[in-house]
Amino acid sequence: MNINAPRAGIGLKAAHVTAVLTQGAAVDFFEVHAENYMVAGGPHLRHLEQVRARWPLSIHGVGLSIGADGALDAQHLDRLAALVQRFEPHWVSEHLAWSSHGRHCFNDLLPLPYDAVTLHRVCDHIDQVQHRLRRRLLLENPSTYIEFTASTMSEAQFLVEVRRRTGCALLLDINNAYVSGVNHARDPWLLIEALPAEAIGEIHLAGFAEDRDAAGDRLLIDHHGSAVDGAVWALYRRTVERLGPRPTLIERDNDVPALAVLTAEASLALELQRAAAATQRAAA
Amino acid sequence: MIQPSLRPTQGDFAAALLDAERAVPSGLCAWNGSDPAARFAVYRNNVVVSLTQALADGFPVVQQLVGDEFFAAMARVYACAHPPRSPILAEYGDGFGDWIADFEPAASLPYLPDMARLERARVHAFHAADATPLTADALTRHLAAPQQLAQARLVLHPSLAVLRSAWAVASLWAAHQSDDAASIGAVRLEHAESALVVREGDDVIVLPVPLPAASFIQTLAAGCPLGAAVATASVLGGADPFDLAGSLALLIRHGALIGWFSPGDDA
Repeated sequence: MNINAPRAGIGLKAAHVTAVLTQGAAVDFFEVHAENYMVAGGPHLRHLEQVRARWPLSIHGVGLSIGADGALDAQHLDRLAALVQRFEPHWVSEHLAWSSHGRHCFNDLLPLPYDAVTLHRVCDHIDQVQHRLRRRLLLENPSTYIEFTASTMSEAQFLVEVRRRTGCALLLDINNAYVSGVNHARDPWLLIEALPAEAIGEIHLAGFAEDRDAAGDRLLIDHHGSAVDGAVWALYRRTVERLGPRPTLIERDNDVPALAVLTAEASLALELQRAAAATQRAAA
Repeated sequence: MIQPSLRPTQGDFAAALLDAERAVPSGLCAWNGSDPAARFAVYRNNVVVSLTQALADGFPVVQQLVGDEFFAAMARVYACAHPPRSPILAEYGDGFGDWIADFEPAASLPYLPDMARLERARVHAFHAADATPLTADALTRHLAAPQQLAQARLVLHPSLAVLRSAWAVASLWAAHQSDDAASIGAVRLEHAESALVVREGDDVIVLPVPLPAASFIQTLAAGCPLGAAVATASVLGGADPFDLAGSLALLIRHGALIGWFSPGDDA
């Protein structure tokens, strides 16, 4: 069995769940944000059980704050473990970022300096998560808007080292790679190329918004509120040509369009994976 | 000698996120040497917009009552002073009603805090634990032993809440479920009201209930036996006499009765 058969999925949105359950959806998996299901009961959990009975699931955490300079929230990790135990997802992922400090949560993915101090802390936290969940975590590369003068390594070097030390897998968000590339005047392909192919277990695609910084240079904002950009599709095609097929998610969290719009984007991701697989077979 | 690079702490970063007057942390840079403040502003904006949006999602009628612009400004002040204490956004906003009561610019709408509390109760109800209502058979069995009724303890659905207000918030909430200006205008705001909030199937319902019924349900919810709840409600009756049969029927009709323990039951 080919564990990297072409697969494409979408985020499960409250606005679509009835249509998904009654009419089905031409996707290979669904992804949900873990924190939206950390509730006692009600329709959301029931709907997720019904979706899980028919499709593989990816649980994507947005609140664990793996990059936090304080200790991980053990209670939150317990909640994540309970969710993972209940829904048995195919993939569990989180971000290379921090989102809480002290008793405050910011509901945003905040940036980290890439140095030895951060590396040590992030690896400790990932060890803790993987130990508690008793499974491999996928760690997602972030979109960032500033850099730190204290950084001593590139994002790619940092991710490769985290992967080497913890054995975690990577979730390659190609929109994030592109957004950060433009925002820091780097070639996004250098990040993608540096990541070990066998480490990449999932791919995310999403849309961004355009802004300008104080010098008038392009500043892209990862807002998950529009279609995947052509430049990101081009980078995706090149990525799957290098990696072969990978489970690919179309992410949309704001201005959510009709279900068919998202499944059409997922179909395109599937076609590009098939084409890449065919090219690989022909070359073999 | 090379100066060690400044490394902002996450505490510095966090404080500057929530306070736009505060200087941007040192140690940040951009490839083109531009002012990092413009880039840091993206994070400030992301945090404030996502939290005000979370509040708008949880308090749609409060938002309608004050308008989008006022709501966004009010929510921004609240979010910066009281950011979430949990990464679970469904838990955000418990203190919003009490906070609005002290928010001077909203003082001209004295019913606004109770509307916020009502909307908060609805979110709690939506995500509350599931429970199976008592069947008609079970109810019949319990009612067949009338000598035990006064000592019976009734268990209510985990989603249930009762809100007592000096204002007609339940009627106002109901009127805001459609865009009909006439029905909103017809609400007699100065009319004190109590609201029952409970999840029935997938829907959270809001029902205006008479004050004695509200008191009865609250007393049962506190774990007191049926006889004590009836006594409490009857005292409150006044011009609006307590209707025991009607109140029990209301709970049964909406699936809010999930357990019934009589003396001697192994509870």
